[in-house]
Amino acid sequence: MSDLTTDLTKAEVAQESRNMDLLRFATAGSVDDGKSTLIGRLLLDSKSIFEDQLEAVEATSQSKGYDYTDLALLTDGLRSEREQGITIDVAYRYFATPTRKFIIADTPGHVQYTRNMVTGASTADLGLVLVDARQGLTEQSRRHAVILSLLRVPHLVLAVNKMDLVDYDQAVFEKIHAEFTQFATKLNIPDLQVIPISALKGDNVVERSAQMSWYSGPTLMHHLENVHVASDRDLVDVRFPVQYVVRPKSDEHHDYRGYGGMVAGGVLKPGDEVVVLPSGMTSKIAGIDLFDKEVTEAFPPMSVTVRLEDDLDVSRGDLIARVNNAPKPSQDIDAMICWMTNEPLRPRQKLAIKHTTRSARALVKDIQYRLDVNTLHRDQETRELGLNEIGRVQLRTTVPLLCDPYSKNRATGSFILIDEATGVTVGAGMINTGS
Amino acid sequence: MTATHADYRLSQLDQLEAESIHIFREVAAEFEKPVLMFSGGKDSIVMMRLAEKAFYPAKIPFPVLQVDTGYDFPEVIACRDNWVNRLGARLIVASVEEAIKDGIVIDDGKTSRNRLQIGTLLNALEEGGFTAAFGGGRRDEEKARAKERVYSHRDEFGQWDPKNQRPELWSLYNGRIHEGEHMRIFPISNWTELDIWHYIGREGIEIPSIYFSHQRRVFERDGMLLTESDYNPLRAGETATERTVRFRTVGDLTLTGCVESEADTIDKIIDEIAIARVTERGATRGDDRFSEAAMEDRKKEGYF
Repeated sequence: MSDLTTDLTKAEVAQESRNMDLLRFATAGSVDDGKSTLIGRLLLDSKSIFEDQLEAVEATSQSKGYDYTDLALLTDGLRSEREQGITIDVAYRYFATPTRKFIIADTPGHVQYTRNMVTGASTADLGLVLVDARQGLTEQSRRHAVILSLLRVPHLVLAVNKMDLVDYDQAVFEKIHAEFTQFATKLNIPDLQVIPISALKGDNVVERSAQMSWYSGPTLMHHLENVHVASDRDLVDVRFPVQYVVRPKSDEHHDYRGYGGMVAGGVLKPGDEVVVLPSGMTSKIAGIDLFDKEVTEAFPPMSVTVRLEDDLDVSRGDLIARVNNAPKPSQDIDAMICWMTNEPLRPRQKLAIKHTTRSARALVKDIQYRLDVNTLHRDQETRELGLNEIGRVQLRTTVPLLCDPYSKNRATGSFILIDEATGVTVGAGMINTGS
Repeated sequence: MTATHADYRLSQLDQLEAESIHIFREVAAEFEKPVLMFSGGKDSIVMMRLAEKAFYPAKIPFPVLQVDTGYDFPEVIACRDNWVNRLGARLIVASVEEAIKDGIVIDDGKTSRNRLQIGTLLNALEEGGFTAAFGGGRRDEEKARAKERVYSHRDEFGQWDPKNQRPELWSLYNGRIHEGEHMRIFPISNWTELDIWHYIGREGIEIPSIYFSHQRRVFERDGMLLTESDYNPLRAGETATERTVRFRTVGDLTLTGCVESEADTIDKIIDEIAIARVTERGATRGDDRFSEAAMEDRKKEGYF
């Protein structure tokens, strides 16, 4: 590719990017899976790396005596990570191609960083799990798939990496493919794609591999660019958590009262009959404002301001839904919780809880079981959840939560738990049901 | 009314806008005393626009804080004043000069104004009793920023502890702080430089004129083109010449370099960035070049 072609492509990408859509994906892998190399490769091949960044990485690689440019150095941010040569926190990366902008949540793979992976997966449309072709599926790759499934990441890609080190052998790939497909039947993975790649050599990352003519599926980049995510959102069940009451109190807008928030589900239209929870009062949508314009519809994830026809007492933490389609307010919450701090979660513990725009306190009533994320075994003998452990927990909250099952709506089905003394986020919850 | 979205898809720029508005509202709802840190640069102007949208038709419910280095470009100050006046926002200016006079920070003649800004800023936040400070940091700017949270906790010394950050999940932000602590809020974390330019173009909003191509007397120092100014006396061997330039970032004028450019419109700037070979900070910010971890060090101390 000549320099000129490269530049034109990049300029075209630049001018198009205002209208392109967005894919958020999470990667997981350990030091040796070549995850950082793969991300470096995606950034490099999509021309998202600048000359000074590449030069810095080349210089560091040389000074360390490597034979090749270590693309992993592009993504290891914090100094302590560079020193230890591992990725310990979630890092966000950005690149764009002519069709899409991508946000990568790059997370560490080790079991002691499960909480970081849960964090990265929480906002992802797609999860990318890497395995080393020489080793096949490991406990780690299974765990990554389990976490992505628990977090309801709708699309999963299993990238079988380092195919160059197994002579691009189809049999090796097929064996891993079959084994993983078998394992995935136990999980909730609506869409799975398995791709043989070499991140180091670039096979099937952006360019189709000349070494693996037996593989007829898409390259990784092609799949990332084309996977359909628009239909992953719930456009049926209207959920609008009230975030902020807009009241100008100015002469010009004396009577204006609007409810600011981000649409969590469904499509809202002026004229719709709505119910405000938890009060149960009904009204009609008078108008939906987006800055100084009125819109005819609002859908996820738009941030808008909704005006109602009636002057109701609506405040932050309330939820606007449709009259015949509203969640049932509940103080008894059954949820999967990922615990994120050293001091274990125990029954009788009291915590602060934040669910959509609603804050309350929660009491841990029972820990039903701890889920072994490697084997899916449910340990019902457990009395507590330790750091990075995931389990099924019953909570009682001080006020009703206006929630849906997480499997139905990731926004109204999720919450965080906060230690009231330290203020630290200590748990992430995915609601099974309110009851 | 605007057109119906037949396929219920939001462009990535609309998604970024929606996410940022959500963050502004969340902070306004949960923090007692937020403040918007305004540097005069394009990123903080986009922040002003997002804040304007988040609360319209009400005024933005927090003041705007600017740290005046004493070495600011006059074009930037003019733009700041236009924005503040149009939004009817309250402006607080924290002056580095005054902080030096009051002994809050020490000017030893070697420390850059950007570094002296840190102490001045922390002092202004403390004096104002601000519990949340919006900043225009973007994660694509620099490796250390790639791991920073949208809500970035600062202890009572204003320090950031990168190894001990709170997990941040879904769009559920944890704003709990103790007395004397505060939170830095980065509503445009997920925007890239290109997104910022597209947004400025789309919204048709005012930015300081120095971002566009203009004639300026400049001289070369350490491989950068710096503006001729009383604050920045020429050293032996340096000569100033008039060139056609523009700035890619805005900061202390003694340290902020410009690039030769004919780009006098947003579209031309976007084309220029698209084929740029060097990141915006790498090209024009003397303060980031001292070490690979320069940004991380300054951030830990409480830099924006």
